[in-house]
Amino acid sequence: MSYTINVNGTPRTVDVDADTPLLWALRDSLDLKGSKFGCGMGLCGACTVHINGTAVRSCITPVSAVGTSNVTTIEGIGASETGKRVQDAWLKVDVVQCGYCQAGQIMSATALLNNNHKPTDKDIDDAMSGNLCRCATYVRIRAAIKQAAGLPTTDTREV
Amino acid sequence: MATATKPETGADAAVSRRAFLTVSAAAGGGMLLALSLAEDAEAAISSSGSVAEAHPNETAINAYVTISADNTITIMSKVPEIGQGIKTSLPMVIADELDADWNTVHVVQAPLDPKLYGAQFAGGSFSTPMNWDALRRAGAAARAMLITAAALKWRIPESDLSTSQGKVIAKDGRSLTYGQLAADAARVVPPDIKNLALKIPSNFSVVGKSIGGVDSPKVVTGQPLFGIDVSVPGMRYAVFQKCPVFGGKVVSANVDEIKARPGILNVFLIQPESPTGLPDGMAMGLQSGVAIVASSWWQANKALESLKVVWDEGPVASQSSAGFAAKAQELSTQAPHKVIRTDGDPKGALAGAAKVIEAAYSYPFVAHSPLEPMNSTASFTNGKLEMWSPTQNPGAGKTLVAKVCGISEDAVTIHMTRCGGGFGRRLGSDFMAEAALIAKLQGEPVKLVWNRNQDLQHEFYRPGGFHYFKAGLDANGQLIAFTDHYVGYANGPKASNSSDLAATEFPAKYVKNLELATSTMQLGVPTGPMRAPGSNAHAFVFQSFLDEVAHATGKDPLQHLIDLFAEERAAPPPPTPAGKGPPGRGGGPGFPMGPPFSGKRAQDVLEMVRDTSGWGKRQLPKGTGMGVAFYYSHLGYFAEVVQATVLPEDGTVKVDKVWVVGDVGSVIINPTGALNQCQGAALDGISQALGQQITINRGRVAQTFPEYPLMRMYQAAQVQVDFKITPFSPTGLGEPALPPVIPALCNAIFAATGKRIRHLPIDTTLLKT
Repeated sequence: MSYTINVNGTPRTVDVDADTPLLWALRDSLDLKGSKFGCGMGLCGACTVHINGTAVRSCITPVSAVGTSNVTTIEGIGASETGKRVQDAWLKVDVVQCGYCQAGQIMSATALLNNNHKPTDKDIDDAMSGNLCRCATYVRIRAAIKQAAGLPTTDTREV
Repeated sequence: MATATKPETGADAAVSRRAFLTVSAAAGGGMLLALSLAEDAEAAISSSGSVAEAHPNETAINAYVTISADNTITIMSKVPEIGQGIKTSLPMVIADELDADWNTVHVVQAPLDPKLYGAQFAGGSFSTPMNWDALRRAGAAARAMLITAAALKWRIPESDLSTSQGKVIAKDGRSLTYGQLAADAARVVPPDIKNLALKIPSNFSVVGKSIGGVDSPKVVTGQPLFGIDVSVPGMRYAVFQKCPVFGGKVVSANVDEIKARPGILNVFLIQPESPTGLPDGMAMGLQSGVAIVASSWWQANKALESLKVVWDEGPVASQSSAGFAAKAQELSTQAPHKVIRTDGDPKGALAGAAKVIEAAYSYPFVAHSPLEPMNSTASFTNGKLEMWSPTQNPGAGKTLVAKVCGISEDAVTIHMTRCGGGFGRRLGSDFMAEAALIAKLQGEPVKLVWNRNQDLQHEFYRPGGFHYFKAGLDANGQLIAFTDHYVGYANGPKASNSSDLAATEFPAKYVKNLELATSTMQLGVPTGPMRAPGSNAHAFVFQSFLDEVAHATGKDPLQHLIDLFAEERAAPPPPTPAGKGPPGRGGGPGFPMGPPFSGKRAQDVLEMVRDTSGWGKRQLPKGTGMGVAFYYSHLGYFAEVVQATVLPEDGTVKVDKVWVVGDVGSVIINPTGALNQCQGAALDGISQALGQQITINRGRVAQTFPEYPLMRMYQAAQVQVDFKITPFSPTGLGEPALPPVIPALCNAIFAATGKRIRHLPIDTTLLKT
């Protein structure tokens, strides 16, 4: 089946089975390898993209369900002011260890900051707990989100 | 190698390397300095290409350093990057001695070429101790050649020249950039690397500075870097289904039905005659199974839902975790199979002790679960195999795939890609063997990707184990006797991979009357190294039981640990450079040995963590406690304190904060990377303790991915990391921060609740009040 989807502002046509998840259309049909396959079950968040600005798991979203929605991937998120700020914060805080989950983390973090300019630690926990980081860079992801939000990056959670 | 989207691999560097070799040979054995770092320099030179192949504006000074006319300095990173930050930190070491301007440095993954680069693998936290000295010399040698080139050009003595930020500067103020000197420098006879003057630490210009990961700009913008991102023209996609029971074999499958599904190109039943390597995780090779090749990975994976296989499950189907637990209990009441250490008279001392403490501990099998599933891309054409693999162990992988395809290793090219996590899993090469054979059978390039449940259920695992401890105290509360009967696993006469207990396991040597003994149960489930192998399990049991002992003596647990090392305090061993001393823990045949274990270094990190954590000085609410543990592994000394709160209503454990103090020698090469490793290792250990468990049921893994809880954001505590700087050669940080955090957490739970955690993962239902 042929589907035309809007990816990072450009209409792109993919020829795939109807049940093909958006993730595989992006990765293998459109050669956008930034969104990652982690679990295929919507549990790890490595495949997170935005659909009309909302963070969704592309590994469990059939391409046939995307319709005319706007899909934004890690390759395109830097074009938005928030996305660029989040990417810069990720570098400034030196979040990355292996880096495999970080595209998904950045997409979830950008969605959070688009809706909530000054997130609390609890807000960060709630928005980010669907994204696994096997290297456990969580302390730095938290700091980078605060950095991008212009908040102090010190961990202020009570001890 | 034309690829549509190709992660950066050693192939990028091949042109420069050929140039280097030729220039060096032309210069009359000029390749000496790379050779001294390699095993067989002569062979490397004889395989050189021609100058004409080189980019005209690039000059290779040696195997690690290439300088362009525009002053870009390309530095090779020799070992695989798995998230440990080595692709940044080792090039920093070269750049520092080279006196390069880091802003002009471009790091490239070196090709797999052990003749040129020596050992190329990521494991054992060895990369830093094995390469620190050699790579400093590689950088210093290149710098010396640039100085010589400038001296010849200006006809002034080398002693009138200095270097800074990628320039050679004369006393009279003249300067030339490295780019301007590179072509001449490549024709200079390289210096004797043994006699190079290396910098004193106060002159380090790159080492010791926090430098972000060299690939991070690509990571945050989603550029292809990882094995799974490789794309080769004409590539097909594959999945490979093995028997749920380890070692089981395919008898038949509904091949025609699968072939009729959309996109399916081929179905292969793979029934290798050669040994599968099971159950040694490091030796795991090709196993029996069904390969499905399709036009897209989704179609191949989807076909698994319709796949019906008749399996011969084989003998491992009779094994289960419950059976092993019962057997271990039975063995614990019998004489151990083997006594591996006896000091003094442990039995007599226990019999005469004023107080005897006994406890049984156990821990489960654990999976590595790196987030990037096992995968490899392979192309087999005209008897030659080319592979792109996220591997920690490319050399072993190369040997294996050559064997599986029936070709010589010379006909195999392995490209190391960035790895989406390793943790030891990618030291095995089973996934490479599968991709290689499927590509050969298909006759087209194939990318094999395991799905997540296959990845969890066909790993090799951190072996579980059972420990039965006794400790004896005299009338003064002093620890006078200590015994452990460890019931672990074996494959024939050999302990299962990574289930060894060392005869040096602490507190051996520090308790007068001590026995370490082992018994084993035959295991068919594959096991192997996982981040801090052995240590990640033994730290939990030994450091938890020693905490029990401390409480029994009435001493502060942190002071109790310090006092155990008291004998050595008076006469600490002298500093010895790594690699020069007698065998220390963490080494092995062919691996660097550190200086002998130092009780003084152990005491010092314990004392430092007492200060950083406010140990004994903080007023904690009811239900909150602090625990401490110390562990020495991979040549690193780590003392850690955990503060944890246990919720009385449901026993939920909340880790509030972790304080880490480590001693890894004289230099923290890249502080931001070092902190990242320690923070990650501490949280990794907590994640294991809180929920990770692989249960074997009828020879297969009982859990699926949703039943294998990995730590998430809301569970991630603050981690404060401090380093104790000591005059020893620097050592690695991928692993040693992990082991002590688990017992520190369990000891904190005891402090909070009075309940002792003796089995992992932590059963919170036991903590309800």
